[in-house]
Amino acid sequence: MDPRMKTDSPVAAARAETASPIVIAARKLDLTFQTNDGPVLALRDVNLTVNRGDFVSFIGPSGCGKTTFLRVVGALEHPTGGEITVNGMTPDEARRARAYGYVFQAAGLYPWRTIAKNIKLPLEIMGYSKDDQERQVERVLKLVDLEGFGNKFPWQLSGGMQQRASIARALAFDADILLMDEPFGALDEIVRDHLNEQLLALWARTGKTIGFVTHSIPEAVYLSTRIVVMSPRPGRITDVIESTLPRERPLEIRDTPEFLAIAHRVREGLRAGHAYDE
Amino acid sequence: MNHIFGWSIAFLIFATLLNVAMANGEGRDQAITRLLVPTLFGISLLVFWEGLVRGLNVPGVILPAPTAIWERFLASTSILRQDFIQTFVKGALSGYVMGAAAAFVVALLVDRSDFLRRGLLPVGNFMAALPIIGVAPILVMWFGFDWQSKAAVVVVMVFFPILVNTVEGLRATDRMQRDLMHTYAASYWQSLLKLRLPAAMPFIFNGLKVATTLALIGAIVAEFFGSPIRGMGFRISTEVGRLSLDMVWAEILVAAIAGSAFYGFVAVIERHVTFWHPSQRRGR
Amino acid sequence: MTSELRPDAAPARHPTPAGSRMLPILRSVVPVFVVLAAIAALWYTALVPMNIRESLTQAERAGAVVDPPNAIERRDANAIGLVLKNPAYIADTLRQDRPRLPGPDQVWRELWATTGAMVLEGKGLSKRSLLYHAWVTLSATVLGFAIGTVGGIALAVGIVHSRVMNMAIMPWAIASQTIPILAIAPMIIVVLNSIGVTGLLPKALISAYLCFFPVTVGMVKGLRSPDAMQLDLLHTYGASRAQTFWKLRWPSSMPYFFTSMKIGMAAALVGAIVGEMPTGAVRGLGARLLAGSYYGQTVQIWSALFAAALLAAVLVGIIGALQTVTLKRMGMSQ
Repeated sequence: MDPRMKTDSPVAAARAETASPIVIAARKLDLTFQTNDGPVLALRDVNLTVNRGDFVSFIGPSGCGKTTFLRVVGALEHPTGGEITVNGMTPDEARRARAYGYVFQAAGLYPWRTIAKNIKLPLEIMGYSKDDQERQVERVLKLVDLEGFGNKFPWQLSGGMQQRASIARALAFDADILLMDEPFGALDEIVRDHLNEQLLALWARTGKTIGFVTHSIPEAVYLSTRIVVMSPRPGRITDVIESTLPRERPLEIRDTPEFLAIAHRVREGLRAGHAYDE
Repeated sequence: MNHIFGWSIAFLIFATLLNVAMANGEGRDQAITRLLVPTLFGISLLVFWEGLVRGLNVPGVILPAPTAIWERFLASTSILRQDFIQTFVKGALSGYVMGAAAAFVVALLVDRSDFLRRGLLPVGNFMAALPIIGVAPILVMWFGFDWQSKAAVVVVMVFFPILVNTVEGLRATDRMQRDLMHTYAASYWQSLLKLRLPAAMPFIFNGLKVATTLALIGAIVAEFFGSPIRGMGFRISTEVGRLSLDMVWAEILVAAIAGSAFYGFVAVIERHVTFWHPSQRRGR
Repeated sequence: MTSELRPDAAPARHPTPAGSRMLPILRSVVPVFVVLAAIAALWYTALVPMNIRESLTQAERAGAVVDPPNAIERRDANAIGLVLKNPAYIADTLRQDRPRLPGPDQVWRELWATTGAMVLEGKGLSKRSLLYHAWVTLSATVLGFAIGTVGGIALAVGIVHSRVMNMAIMPWAIASQTIPILAIAPMIIVVLNSIGVTGLLPKALISAYLCFFPVTVGMVKGLRSPDAMQLDLLHTYGASRAQTFWKLRWPSSMPYFFTSMKIGMAAALVGAIVGEMPTGAVRGLGARLLAGSYYGQTVQIWSALFAAALLAAVLVGIIGALQTVTLKRMGMSQ
């Protein structure tokens, strides 16, 4: 039995059942952390739907809950109120069905494994055959432009290449959701531009649904079809902006008035959130 | 002042001056200099020792000359080999393997329970700081004079450092790496084998390296409490009693070689296993 | 922006199933207590089969009938089997004069009898008091520790400031840690005795020698711990070597200093105890261990062992407390 059939089937079933384009649906989501300084409202009354093929960015200051929301989608945190479904299932069921790939702030590659073996890691865990593993590694290395680096160790590559390898790792098992938590935050501007461009190309080629957390307004506007503006204390959504930019986006699009208008609206939204704060 | 002693002092001064020149000279960062300087220092100390003993006629019952020790070493290889096998191979090595294996298994068990870990780690740390060598008389009483009691002492001595290091190593993964395994829905054993054990290896080898010296100490000192008529500790204590210090020094030479070879052996394995760790990376 | 809601920002957010509502101090003390209780339980359990043969032999001598009645058969029989066949003698195993394994209560009673009780009688420092022997060992340990630590720090300062010392001595200092130096203890004692040095000093020298190299290596690491940027900063101020040492190197080495001292103290104690063993010494905890093992006085061995453990705990604990206070004052504690 092909393990991929096994892992894909619940997702496919859920997809057929709901027969809707909705991938992530959150309703009245609350999440309160109990800390030593008392309860912290990380998320309050978050309502959001994400459709298949969307590129959704979450932007906001530290503490606004954007990472927390992504972690809830990825079943790394559990909400204390409200409902959330991923592919029509609970996040935890979606996790077990291997519905998403997660890219963290740092590459987090295992230093004792080569790049190729790092990419194989999820495939080994999910029980892919050796041949399938090889095929997938080759495919995703090409996707992120790292052909020929499979036998290198992570610490022999630059930071940007490491982060690309970690994206390749998240793509390797063909989940149709990609969750990215400030994946390019630690990289310099030029590398970041390059990776943004590549990410858009990859998104266009694969048609995946992407959830993307960022601090950077230009990055959010450049990448997204929708931008979710959040603000802290309590963590909540203050604005959802539909991008009017075309799907095809050269880097120069960032100098167009349309781009600047959207960026302006995002900035306004962020300011409004701050005003509440002060 | 005797002229032999004078020459040895002259050599010491000359070697030191040469070392100063080499250490501050052009080629000071070359590998050959790094090897030459400590070697020359060691040789000059030996020459000084020899000159001191010969020049001032220091009696052999206080300090034998290096050449006398070396002669004794060559003349007694069969006794030394017999003692080495008794103490190092039978006592230290077997105890080391058993103690390390036991500590590793216990560490895996402890690691599964947060409660156990919080309870055992302070106790283990405490035990690791105790003069555990003191259990030697008890274990000699229980397991007899032969190597079994020495191996038992070694087991107890190496157990706690390896346990503590392994338990800490198994906790050494960061949150992000564990989250990653979580998003893959990895099982306990999958994340143990693929993530936590490899990440723990630098810690485990730390424990294993510390334990090499402890193993040899344990095996030698335990023989002070009773042993058959062979073994390094037995030989040291009886030859000290007969004031044949050249034999004692020959045993110490064996112990030094065995100790550093044992440590070096573990360090070489470590280099192969943890080649990826920042401390091991040069030249790759 | 005060509270960062990153996953690593706020501690103890996850509801831990066990003990989450306990006080923090209880959270750390209760598990330790449980583990210690488990060890004590294990000890008593092991004690019965360990001592059953002796108990049965004594009972037989006193005229009782035990199963099996033959001493040779008993020697070859399984200890647990003997316990099951003779349950009446289980209590006996707990109170023998020279048990193979004394119980914790026996050790405790012996400890009290040779320390507290003797103090109450005003004989606290008589030769039969364990306090006296502990004092002998303690003084050798502390003297040796002081010599070794001062020497080790001095050598470390030299190594850090002199390139030639670094190149010539450092490899030997590191290599010496892999050598079982303790093996030379008997020789040092005998040789020093033969040239007229006796008493405290030979043992202290062994202790000093044992803690010398660990302290050197640790302190070299500590004195080198300031990074290039910090050293460059003082360089731009035109600071002298002495100023760099006192204002940067020495303070930054403090965490390493205390760690080295703990290792050195533990090593010094082991050195003193082993130094008391080989020459038929009659004073000190090591001598008590050796005498106990000669005469089969197991309770005496165990009590000496516990006294040594207690001594180690106190000495290392004192350094730990100094460490906490100093590092807190210097703002270096986490």
